[in-house]
Amino acid sequence: MAMTHETIEKNTPLLMVLIILAIIWGGLVEIVPLWFQRSTTQPVDGLKPYSAVQLIGRDIYVREGCYNCHSQMIRPFRAETERYGHYSVAGEFVYDRPFQWGSKRTGPDLARVGGRYSDDWHRAHLNNPRDLVPESNMPGYPWLASTPADGAGLVQAKMTALRKLGHPYSDIEISEAPAALAGKTESDALIAYLQVLGTAIKRR
Amino acid sequence: MSDFTSEFWGWYIGVITVVSVAACALLLQLMSRRRQVSDADTTGHVWDEDLQEGNNPLPMWWIGLFWLTIVFALVYFALYPGLGHFGGLWKWTSAGQYQQEVAQADAQYGPLYAAFEAKDLRQLAGDPAARALGQKLFLNHCAQCHASDGAGSKGFPNLTDRDWLWGGEPETIKASIAAGRNGLMPPMGAALGGEEGVKDVANYVRSLSGLANDSVRTARGREKFQQNCVACHGAEGKGNPMLGAPNLTDKVWLHGSSQATIVETILRGRNNLMPAHKDILGDAKVHVLAAYVLGMSGSQTPEVAAVPAGKP
Repeated sequence: MAMTHETIEKNTPLLMVLIILAIIWGGLVEIVPLWFQRSTTQPVDGLKPYSAVQLIGRDIYVREGCYNCHSQMIRPFRAETERYGHYSVAGEFVYDRPFQWGSKRTGPDLARVGGRYSDDWHRAHLNNPRDLVPESNMPGYPWLASTPADGAGLVQAKMTALRKLGHPYSDIEISEAPAALAGKTESDALIAYLQVLGTAIKRR
Repeated sequence: MSDFTSEFWGWYIGVITVVSVAACALLLQLMSRRRQVSDADTTGHVWDEDLQEGNNPLPMWWIGLFWLTIVFALVYFALYPGLGHFGGLWKWTSAGQYQQEVAQADAQYGPLYAAFEAKDLRQLAGDPAARALGQKLFLNHCAQCHASDGAGSKGFPNLTDRDWLWGGEPETIKASIAAGRNGLMPPMGAALGGEEGVKDVANYVRSLSGLANDSVRTARGREKFQQNCVACHGAEGKGNPMLGAPNLTDKVWLHGSSQATIVETILRGRNNLMPAHKDILGDAKVHVLAAYVLGMSGSQTPEVAAVPAGKP
Protein backbone atom coordinates (compact mmCIF):
# COMPACT_ATOMS: atom_id res chain seq x y z
CA MET A 1 0.00 0.00 0.00
CA ALA A 2 1.59 3.24 -1.15
CA MET A 3 1.47 6.07 1.40
CA THR A 4 -0.23 8.57 -0.88
CA HIS A 5 -2.37 11.58 -0.04
CA GLU A 6 -5.41 9.51 -0.99
CA THR A 7 -4.55 6.51 1.17
CA ILE A 8 -4.17 8.64 4.27
CA GLU A 9 -7.24 10.79 3.87
CA LYS A 10 -9.51 7.82 3.14
CA ASN A 11 -8.30 5.75 6.09
CA THR A 12 -9.42 7.42 9.31
CA PRO A 13 -7.56 5.21 11.86
CA LEU A 14 -4.32 5.70 9.93
CA LEU A 15 -4.95 9.46 9.79
CA MET A 16 -5.48 9.51 13.57
CA VAL A 17 -2.27 7.58 14.26
CA LEU A 18 -0.25 9.90 12.04
CA ILE A 19 -1.77 13.04 13.65
CA ILE A 20 -0.93 11.72 17.13
CA LEU A 21 2.63 10.92 16.03
CA ALA A 22 3.06 14.41 14.63
CA ILE A 23 1.87 15.97 17.92
CA ILE A 24 3.98 13.64 20.07
CA TRP A 25 7.15 14.39 18.13
CA GLY A 26 7.69 17.86 19.60
CA GLY A 27 6.80 16.65 23.08
CA LEU A 28 9.51 13.98 22.89
CA VAL A 29 12.10 16.72 23.16
CA GLU A 30 10.20 19.47 24.95
CA ILE A 31 8.31 17.50 27.63
CA VAL A 32 9.74 14.01 28.22
CA PRO A 33 13.25 15.11 29.36
CA LEU A 34 11.67 17.35 32.05
CA TRP A 35 10.62 14.20 33.91
CA PHE A 36 14.28 13.29 34.25
CA GLN A 37 15.66 16.70 35.19
CA ARG A 38 16.66 17.31 38.81
CA SER A 39 15.74 21.02 38.84
CA THR A 40 12.16 20.30 37.80
CA THR A 41 11.45 17.17 39.84
CA GLN A 42 13.22 17.77 43.16
CA PRO A 43 12.11 20.32 45.75
CA VAL A 44 14.49 23.18 46.53
CA ASP A 45 16.15 22.92 49.95
CA GLY A 46 13.72 23.84 52.69
CA LEU A 47 10.54 23.41 50.64
CA LYS A 48 7.84 21.57 52.57
CA PRO A 49 4.55 20.20 51.30
CA TYR A 50 1.63 22.46 52.25
CA SER A 51 0.31 21.87 55.77
CA ALA A 52 -3.34 20.88 56.17
CA VAL A 53 -4.41 24.52 56.71
CA GLN A 54 -2.27 25.83 53.86
CA LEU A 55 -3.54 23.10 51.55
CA ILE A 56 -7.16 24.05 52.19
CA GLY A 57 -6.20 27.70 51.73
CA ARG A 58 -4.66 26.85 48.40
CA ASP A 59 -7.89 25.20 47.26
CA ILE A 60 -9.75 28.39 48.21
CA TYR A 61 -7.21 30.36 46.14
CA VAL A 62 -8.06 28.12 43.18
CA ARG A 63 -11.81 28.19 43.85
CA GLU A 64 -11.96 31.98 43.97
CA GLY A 65 -9.96 32.18 40.74
CA CYS A 66 -7.14 34.26 42.19
CA TYR A 67 -4.92 32.98 39.36
CA ASN A 68 -7.04 34.96 36.91
CA CYS A 69 -5.46 38.20 38.12
CA HIS A 70 -2.38 37.13 40.09
CA SER A 71 0.54 35.20 38.65
CA GLN A 72 2.94 33.18 40.79
CA MET A 73 5.96 33.30 38.56
CA ILE A 74 8.72 35.87 38.88
CA ARG A 75 10.65 35.89 35.64
CA PRO A 76 14.43 36.40 35.60
CA PHE A 77 14.27 40.07 34.64
CA ARG A 78 15.60 42.84 36.85
CA ALA A 79 12.34 44.78 36.53
CA GLU A 80 10.57 41.86 38.21
CA THR A 81 13.13 40.91 40.82
CA GLU A 82 13.40 44.54 42.00
CA ARG A 83 9.74 44.47 42.86
CA TYR A 84 9.04 40.88 43.85
CA GLY A 85 12.34 39.33 44.93
CA HIS A 86 14.39 36.42 43.59
CA TYR A 87 13.09 34.94 40.34
CA SER A 88 11.08 31.74 40.65
CA VAL A 89 12.80 28.39 40.17
CA ALA A 90 11.16 25.13 39.08
CA GLY A 91 12.00 23.29 42.31
CA GLU A 92 9.73 25.62 44.28
CA PHE A 93 6.63 24.21 42.58
CA VAL A 94 7.04 20.44 42.95
CA TYR A 95 4.27 20.31 45.58
CA ASP A 96 1.89 22.45 43.52
CA ARG A 97 -0.71 20.36 41.74
CA PRO A 98 -1.53 22.14 39.57
CA PHE A 99 0.90 25.06 39.80
CA GLN A 100 -0.62 28.54 39.97
CA TRP A 101 1.81 30.31 37.65
CA GLY A 102 -1.07 32.04 35.87
CA SER A 103 -0.65 34.03 32.69
CA LYS A 104 -1.97 37.46 33.53
CA ARG A 105 -1.24 40.18 36.06
CA THR A 106 -4.15 42.45 36.77
CA GLY A 107 -2.87 42.40 40.35
CA PRO A 108 0.72 41.91 41.42
CA ASP A 109 2.62 38.64 41.27
CA LEU A 110 2.20 36.61 44.48
CA ALA A 111 5.05 34.10 44.15
CA ARG A 112 6.87 35.72 47.11
CA VAL A 113 4.03 37.39 48.97
CA GLY A 114 4.76 35.24 52.06
CA GLY A 115 5.82 37.43 54.99
CA ARG A 116 5.41 40.58 52.95
CA TYR A 117 2.33 41.76 54.88
CA SER A 118 0.95 40.96 58.31
CA ASP A 119 -1.92 38.53 58.82
CA ASP A 120 -4.08 41.46 59.96
CA TRP A 121 -3.34 43.24 56.71
CA HIS A 122 -4.46 40.23 54.67
CA ARG A 123 -7.60 39.86 56.78
CA ALA A 124 -8.65 43.47 56.22
CA HIS A 125 -7.52 43.43 52.59
CA LEU A 126 -9.42 40.26 51.65
CA ASN A 127 -12.54 41.66 53.27
CA ASN A 128 -12.40 44.91 51.32
CA PRO A 129 -9.15 45.87 49.56
CA ARG A 130 -10.15 49.55 49.36
CA ASP A 131 -10.09 49.87 53.15
CA LEU A 132 -6.30 49.71 52.85
CA VAL A 133 -5.51 50.56 49.25
CA PRO A 134 -8.05 53.09 47.95
CA GLU A 135 -6.71 52.75 44.38
CA SER A 136 -7.27 48.97 44.32
CA ASN A 137 -9.68 47.38 41.84
CA MET A 138 -9.54 43.94 43.45
CA PRO A 139 -12.95 42.64 44.52
CA GLY A 140 -13.66 42.02 48.20
CA TYR A 141 -14.09 38.49 49.51
CA PRO A 142 -16.03 39.15 52.72
CA TRP A 143 -17.53 35.67 52.96
CA LEU A 144 -14.12 34.07 53.58
CA ALA A 145 -13.98 35.40 57.14
CA SER A 146 -17.38 33.93 58.04
CA THR A 147 -17.13 30.55 56.31
CA PRO A 148 -15.50 27.63 58.14
CA ALA A 149 -12.48 26.20 56.34
CA ASP A 150 -12.89 22.74 54.82
CA GLY A 151 -16.64 22.56 55.46
CA ALA A 152 -16.73 19.45 53.26
CA GLY A 153 -14.23 17.62 55.51
CA LEU A 154 -12.09 16.53 52.59
CA VAL A 155 -8.67 17.43 53.92
CA GLN A 156 -7.59 13.89 54.80
CA ALA A 157 -8.71 12.54 51.43
CA LYS A 158 -6.77 15.30 49.69
CA MET A 159 -3.62 14.66 51.70
CA THR A 160 -3.85 10.91 51.13
CA ALA A 161 -4.24 11.44 47.40
CA LEU A 162 -1.27 13.82 47.31
CA ARG A 163 0.82 11.33 49.27
CA LYS A 164 0.23 8.79 46.52
CA LEU A 165 1.68 11.37 44.13
CA GLY A 166 4.82 11.69 46.25
CA HIS A 167 4.11 14.50 48.73
CA PRO A 168 5.84 13.31 51.93
CA TYR A 169 2.96 13.60 54.41
CA SER A 170 3.34 11.49 57.55
CA ASP A 171 0.49 9.46 59.07
CA ILE A 172 0.46 11.84 62.03
CA GLU A 173 0.11 14.90 59.80
CA ILE A 174 -2.84 13.32 58.05
CA SER A 175 -4.54 12.11 61.21
CA GLU A 176 -4.11 15.50 62.88
CA ALA A 177 -5.29 17.50 59.86
CA PRO A 178 -8.94 17.93 60.93
CA ALA A 179 -7.81 19.11 64.38
CA ALA A 180 -5.48 21.66 62.78
CA LEU A 181 -8.42 23.04 60.80
CA ALA A 182 -10.86 23.11 63.73
CA GLY A 183 -12.21 26.60 64.28
CA LYS A 184 -10.33 28.02 61.28
CA THR A 185 -12.17 30.16 58.76
CA GLU A 186 -11.53 30.17 55.03
CA SER A 187 -9.83 33.51 55.51
CA ASP A 188 -7.42 31.97 58.07
CA ALA A 189 -6.61 29.11 55.70
CA LEU A 190 -6.08 31.35 52.69
CA ILE A 191 -3.82 33.67 54.71
CA ALA A 192 -1.80 30.68 55.97
CA TYR A 193 -1.29 29.69 52.32
CA LEU A 194 -0.35 33.20 51.20
CA GLN A 195 2.13 33.60 54.07
CA VAL A 196 4.14 30.54 53.02
CA LEU A 197 4.37 31.43 49.33
CA GLY A 198 7.92 31.80 48.11
CA THR A 199 9.51 31.60 51.55
CA ALA A 200 11.59 28.47 50.86
CA ILE A 201 14.40 30.36 49.15
CA LYS A 202 16.04 33.65 50.02
CA ARG A 203 14.45 36.74 48.61
CA ARG A 204 17.53 38.13 46.97
CA MET B 1 24.01 19.22 31.59
CA SER B 2 24.45 17.60 34.97
CA ASP B 3 20.85 18.58 35.74
CA PHE B 4 19.64 15.38 34.07
CA THR B 5 19.43 12.15 36.01
CA SER B 6 21.45 10.43 33.27
CA GLU B 7 23.81 11.39 30.44
CA PHE B 8 21.39 9.67 28.10
CA TRP B 9 18.95 12.58 28.04
CA GLY B 10 21.42 15.05 26.60
CA TRP B 11 22.08 12.69 23.69
CA TYR B 12 18.37 11.96 23.38
CA ILE B 13 17.55 15.64 22.89
CA GLY B 14 20.50 16.27 20.59
CA VAL B 15 19.86 13.29 18.32
CA ILE B 16 16.10 13.84 17.98
CA THR B 17 16.65 17.53 17.21
CA VAL B 18 19.29 16.90 14.56
CA VAL B 19 17.27 14.07 12.99
CA SER B 20 14.20 16.35 12.85
CA VAL B 21 16.04 19.13 11.08
CA ALA B 22 17.64 16.65 8.67
CA ALA B 23 14.23 15.06 7.98
CA CYS B 24 12.78 18.48 7.16
CA ALA B 25 15.63 19.12 4.74
CA LEU B 26 15.22 15.70 3.12
CA LEU B 27 11.45 16.10 2.73
CA LEU B 28 11.94 19.55 1.21
CA GLN B 29 14.55 18.20 -1.18
CA LEU B 30 12.27 15.36 -2.33
CA MET B 31 9.23 17.57 -2.69
CA SER B 32 11.00 20.26 -4.69
CA ARG B 33 12.28 17.89 -7.39
CA ARG B 34 9.12 17.90 -9.48
CA ARG B 35 8.95 21.14 -11.46
CA GLN B 36 6.49 20.31 -14.28
CA VAL B 37 2.96 21.68 -14.21
CA SER B 38 0.47 19.29 -15.73
CA ASP B 39 -3.32 19.45 -15.91
CA ALA B 40 -3.46 15.68 -15.58
CA ASP B 41 -1.82 15.69 -12.14
CA THR B 42 -4.57 16.28 -9.58
CA THR B 43 -5.22 15.34 -5.95
CA GLY B 44 -8.13 13.22 -7.14
CA HIS B 45 -10.75 15.44 -5.50
CA VAL B 46 -13.74 16.34 -7.69
CA TRP B 47 -16.47 18.83 -6.82
CA ASP B 48 -19.48 20.01 -8.75
CA GLU B 49 -19.12 17.33 -11.43
CA ASP B 50 -15.82 18.49 -12.96
CA LEU B 51 -14.05 20.90 -10.60
CA GLN B 52 -10.63 19.39 -9.74
CA GLU B 53 -7.76 20.30 -7.44
CA GLY B 54 -4.42 20.49 -9.24
CA ASN B 55 -1.33 18.96 -7.60
CA ASN B 56 1.18 21.63 -8.55
CA PRO B 57 4.89 21.88 -7.68
CA LEU B 58 5.93 23.95 -4.66
CA PRO B 59 6.62 27.59 -5.52
CA MET B 60 10.31 28.51 -5.61
CA TRP B 61 9.94 31.44 -3.19
CA TRP B 62 8.35 29.12 -0.66
CA ILE B 63 11.10 26.52 -1.05
CA GLY B 64 13.67 29.30 -0.58
CA LEU B 65 12.02 30.46 2.66
CA PHE B 66 11.93 26.90 3.98
CA TRP B 67 15.67 26.48 3.33
CA LEU B 68 16.19 29.77 5.14
CA THR B 69 14.42 28.47 8.26
CA ILE B 70 16.60 25.36 8.19
CA VAL B 71 19.75 27.49 7.97
CA PHE B 72 18.41 29.66 10.80
CA ALA B 73 17.84 26.56 12.96
CA LEU B 74 21.40 25.34 12.38
CA VAL B 75 22.90 28.74 13.23
CA TYR B 76 20.67 28.95 16.30
CA PHE B 77 21.75 25.50 17.51
CA ALA B 78 25.38 26.49 17.02
CA LEU B 79 25.04 29.60 19.21
CA TYR B 80 22.31 28.82 21.75
CA PRO B 81 21.50 25.77 23.89
CA GLY B 82 19.24 23.37 22.03
CA LEU B 83 21.30 20.27 21.28
CA GLY B 84 21.43 18.59 24.67
CA HIS B 85 24.96 18.45 26.09
CA PHE B 86 26.23 21.01 23.60
CA GLY B 87 25.20 24.28 25.26
CA GLY B 88 25.93 26.52 22.27
CA LEU B 89 29.02 28.58 21.44
CA TRP B 90 27.71 31.65 23.28
CA LYS B 91 27.13 29.69 26.52
CA TRP B 92 23.85 31.53 26.94
CA THR B 93 21.64 30.86 29.99
CA SER B 94 18.61 32.79 31.22
CA ALA B 95 20.21 33.11 34.67
CA GLY B 96 23.42 34.39 33.04
CA GLN B 97 21.52 37.00 31.07
CA TYR B 98 19.77 38.07 34.27
CA GLN B 99 23.07 38.39 36.15
CA GLN B 100 24.43 40.49 33.32
CA GLU B 101 21.39 42.77 33.43
CA VAL B 102 21.76 43.18 37.20
CA ALA B 103 25.50 43.86 36.93
CA GLN B 104 24.82 46.52 34.32
CA ALA B 105 22.18 48.16 36.51
CA ASP B 106 24.47 48.01 39.55
CA ALA B 107 27.19 49.77 37.58
CA GLN B 108 24.72 52.41 36.47
CA TYR B 109 22.82 53.02 39.72
CA GLY B 110 25.45 51.92 42.24
CA PRO B 111 27.24 55.29 42.37
CA LEU B 112 23.90 57.07 42.71
CA TYR B 113 22.93 54.98 45.74
CA ALA B 114 26.46 55.23 47.16
CA ALA B 115 26.16 59.02 47.06
CA PHE B 116 22.79 58.83 48.84
CA GLU B 117 24.09 56.42 51.43
CA ALA B 118 27.02 58.71 52.21
CA LYS B 119 24.61 61.49 53.13
CA ASP B 120 23.03 61.98 56.52
CA LEU B 121 19.31 61.12 56.64
CA ARG B 122 18.18 64.64 57.54
CA GLN B 123 20.22 66.06 54.69
CA LEU B 124 18.91 63.43 52.30
CA ALA B 125 15.30 64.16 53.27
CA GLY B 126 15.64 67.55 51.60
CA ASP B 127 17.32 66.22 48.44
CA PRO B 128 14.84 66.31 45.52
CA ALA B 129 16.54 63.47 43.62
CA ALA B 130 16.48 61.21 46.67
CA ARG B 131 12.86 62.16 47.34
CA ALA B 132 11.83 61.29 43.77
CA LEU B 133 13.51 57.90 44.10
CA GLY B 134 12.12 57.43 47.60
CA GLN B 135 8.60 58.08 46.42
CA LYS B 136 8.87 55.34 43.77
CA LEU B 137 10.17 52.90 46.37
CA PHE B 138 7.44 53.95 48.79
CA LEU B 139 4.68 53.38 46.23
CA ASN B 140 6.05 49.94 45.40
CA HIS B 141 6.80 48.67 48.87
CA CYS B 142 5.02 50.73 51.52
CA ALA B 143 1.80 52.15 50.08
CA GLN B 144 -0.07 48.85 50.45
CA CYS B 145 -0.27 49.42 54.21
CA HIS B 146 0.62 53.09 54.77
CA ALA B 147 -1.38 54.37 51.73
CA SER B 148 0.14 56.10 48.72
CA ASP B 149 0.13 59.47 50.51
CA GLY B 150 1.53 57.92 53.70
CA ALA B 151 -1.60 58.70 55.71
CA GLY B 152 -2.10 55.05 56.69
CA SER B 153 -5.43 53.46 57.57
CA LYS B 154 -7.05 51.68 60.48
CA GLY B 155 -4.32 49.67 62.17
CA PHE B 156 -1.57 51.00 59.91
CA PRO B 157 0.17 54.14 61.14
CA ASN B 158 -0.04 57.54 59.50
CA LEU B 159 3.50 58.55 58.58
CA THR B 160 2.71 62.16 57.73
CA ASP B 161 1.96 63.36 61.26
CA ARG B 162 4.59 63.94 63.91
CA ASP B 163 3.35 61.09 66.08
CA TRP B 164 5.59 58.03 66.25
CA LEU B 165 4.95 54.70 67.94
CA TRP B 166 8.61 53.67 67.95
CA GLY B 167 10.24 57.08 67.81
CA GLY B 168 10.79 59.54 64.97
CA GLU B 169 14.55 59.98 65.13
CA PRO B 170 16.10 59.41 61.66
CA GLU B 171 18.03 56.33 62.76
CA THR B 172 14.97 54.93 64.55
CA ILE B 173 12.86 55.25 61.40
CA LYS B 174 15.59 53.50 59.47
CA ALA B 175 15.71 50.70 62.05
CA SER B 176 11.92 50.31 61.86
CA ILE B 177 12.10 49.81 58.10
CA ALA B 178 15.16 47.54 58.15
CA ALA B 179 14.28 45.20 61.00
CA GLY B 180 10.51 45.64 61.16
CA ARG B 181 8.48 46.15 64.33
CA ASN B 182 6.00 44.08 66.24
CA GLY B 183 3.81 46.05 68.61
CA LEU B 184 2.04 43.47 70.71
CA MET B 185 -0.84 44.36 73.00
CA PRO B 186 -1.97 41.24 74.86
CA PRO B 187 -5.68 40.52 75.44
CA MET B 188 -6.45 42.03 78.86
CA GLY B 189 -10.07 40.93 79.39
CA ALA B 190 -9.37 38.34 82.09
CA ALA B 191 -6.91 40.51 84.01
CA LEU B 192 -9.33 43.45 84.09
CA GLY B 193 -12.28 41.42 85.32
CA GLY B 194 -14.25 40.74 82.16
CA GLU B 195 -16.19 43.09 79.92
CA GLU B 196 -17.33 45.45 82.71
CA GLY B 197 -13.77 45.98 83.89
CA VAL B 198 -12.66 46.54 80.32
CA LYS B 199 -15.37 49.18 79.85
CA ASP B 200 -14.15 50.97 82.98
CA VAL B 201 -10.60 51.08 81.66
CA ALA B 202 -11.83 52.17 78.22
CA ASN B 203 -13.59 55.13 79.86
CA TYR B 204 -10.45 56.06 81.75
CA VAL B 205 -8.39 55.80 78.52
CA ARG B 206 -10.88 58.10 76.76
CA SER B 207 -10.59 60.57 79.62
CA LEU B 208 -6.82 60.77 79.12
CA SER B 209 -7.25 62.57 75.81
CA GLY B 210 -10.31 64.54 76.89
CA LEU B 211 -12.93 62.41 75.15
CA ALA B 212 -16.43 62.01 76.61
CA ASN B 213 -16.46 59.47 79.44
CA ASP B 214 -18.54 58.15 82.31
CA SER B 215 -16.96 59.59 85.49
CA VAL B 216 -17.90 56.63 87.70
CA ARG B 217 -16.43 54.14 85.28
CA THR B 218 -13.39 56.37 84.78
CA ALA B 219 -12.66 56.40 88.50
CA ARG B 220 -12.84 52.61 88.67
CA GLY B 221 -10.86 52.29 85.44
CA ARG B 222 -8.03 54.52 86.72
CA GLU B 223 -7.27 52.00 89.44
CA LYS B 224 -7.30 49.04 87.07
CA PHE B 225 -5.14 50.98 84.62
CA GLN B 226 -2.55 51.66 87.32
CA GLN B 227 -2.44 47.95 88.17
CA ASN B 228 -2.37 46.46 84.68
CA CYS B 229 -1.43 48.93 81.97
CA VAL B 230 1.35 51.16 83.25
CA ALA B 231 4.13 48.68 82.49
CA CYS B 232 3.81 49.54 78.81
CA HIS B 233 1.73 52.71 78.59
CA GLY B 234 3.36 54.46 81.57
CA ALA B 235 1.75 55.85 84.71
CA GLU B 236 0.46 58.88 82.84
CA GLY B 237 -0.52 56.90 79.77
CA LYS B 238 2.07 58.62 77.62
CA GLY B 239 3.30 55.34 76.13
CA ASN B 240 6.78 53.98 75.61
CA PRO B 241 8.53 54.14 72.24
CA MET B 242 10.92 51.38 73.34
CA LEU B 243 7.97 48.96 73.26
CA GLY B 244 5.95 50.68 70.60
CA ALA B 245 3.28 51.31 73.25
CA PRO B 246 1.18 54.24 72.02
CA ASN B 247 0.68 57.50 73.87
CA LEU B 248 -2.95 57.41 75.03
CA THR B 249 -3.16 61.09 75.93
CA ASP B 250 -2.92 62.51 72.39
CA LYS B 251 -5.54 62.66 69.65
CA VAL B 252 -3.89 60.02 67.46
CA TRP B 253 -5.68 56.68 67.39
CA LEU B 254 -4.32 53.77 65.41
CA HIS B 255 -7.41 51.57 65.61
CA GLY B 256 -10.05 54.13 66.53
CA SER B 257 -11.13 56.11 69.58
CA SER B 258 -14.76 55.02 69.97
CA GLN B 259 -15.53 53.23 73.20
CA ALA B 260 -16.47 50.08 71.30
CA THR B 261 -13.13 50.02 69.47
CA ILE B 262 -11.12 50.64 72.62
CA VAL B 263 -13.05 47.86 74.38
CA GLU B 264 -12.27 45.56 71.44
CA THR B 265 -8.59 46.52 71.60
CA ILE B 266 -8.36 45.77 75.30
CA LEU B 267 -10.43 42.57 75.14
CA ARG B 268 -8.78 40.93 72.16
CA GLY B 269 -5.39 42.63 72.13
CA ARG B 270 -3.63 43.88 69.01
CA ASN B 271 -0.75 42.54 67.01
CA ASN B 272 0.71 45.34 64.91
CA LEU B 273 3.32 43.79 62.69
CA MET B 274 5.60 45.69 60.37
CA PRO B 275 7.67 43.18 58.35
CA ALA B 276 11.44 43.61 58.11
CA HIS B 277 12.52 45.09 54.78
CA LYS B 278 16.28 44.80 54.94
CA ASP B 279 16.37 41.49 53.07
CA ILE B 280 13.76 42.65 50.59
CA LEU B 281 15.30 46.02 49.71
CA GLY B 282 18.92 46.03 50.84
CA ASP B 283 20.64 48.72 52.90
CA ALA B 284 20.87 51.44 50.26
CA LYS B 285 17.15 51.48 49.48
CA VAL B 286 16.23 51.31 53.15
CA HIS B 287 18.38 54.43 53.63
CA VAL B 288 16.63 56.30 50.81
CA LEU B 289 13.21 55.22 52.08
CA ALA B 290 14.00 56.29 55.65
CA ALA B 291 14.89 59.74 54.33
CA TYR B 292 11.68 59.87 52.30
CA VAL B 293 9.55 58.92 55.31
CA LEU B 294 11.40 61.45 57.43
CA GLY B 295 10.67 64.14 54.86
CA MET B 296 7.05 63.03 54.59
CA SER B 297 6.48 63.58 58.30
CA GLY B 298 8.03 67.01 58.26
CA SER B 299 10.28 65.81 61.07
CA GLN B 300 13.42 67.04 59.35
CA THR B 301 12.35 70.68 59.42
CA PRO B 302 13.70 72.91 62.22
CA GLU B 303 10.20 73.24 63.72
CA VAL B 304 10.57 69.76 65.07
CA ALA B 305 12.72 71.06 67.91
CA ALA B 306 9.78 73.20 69.00
CA VAL B 307 7.39 70.28 69.28
CA PRO B 308 6.55 69.89 72.96
CA ALA B 309 7.47 66.79 74.91
CA GLY B 310 4.90 64.05 74.68
CA LYS B 311 4.73 64.54 70.92
CA PRO B 312 7.84 62.61 69.95
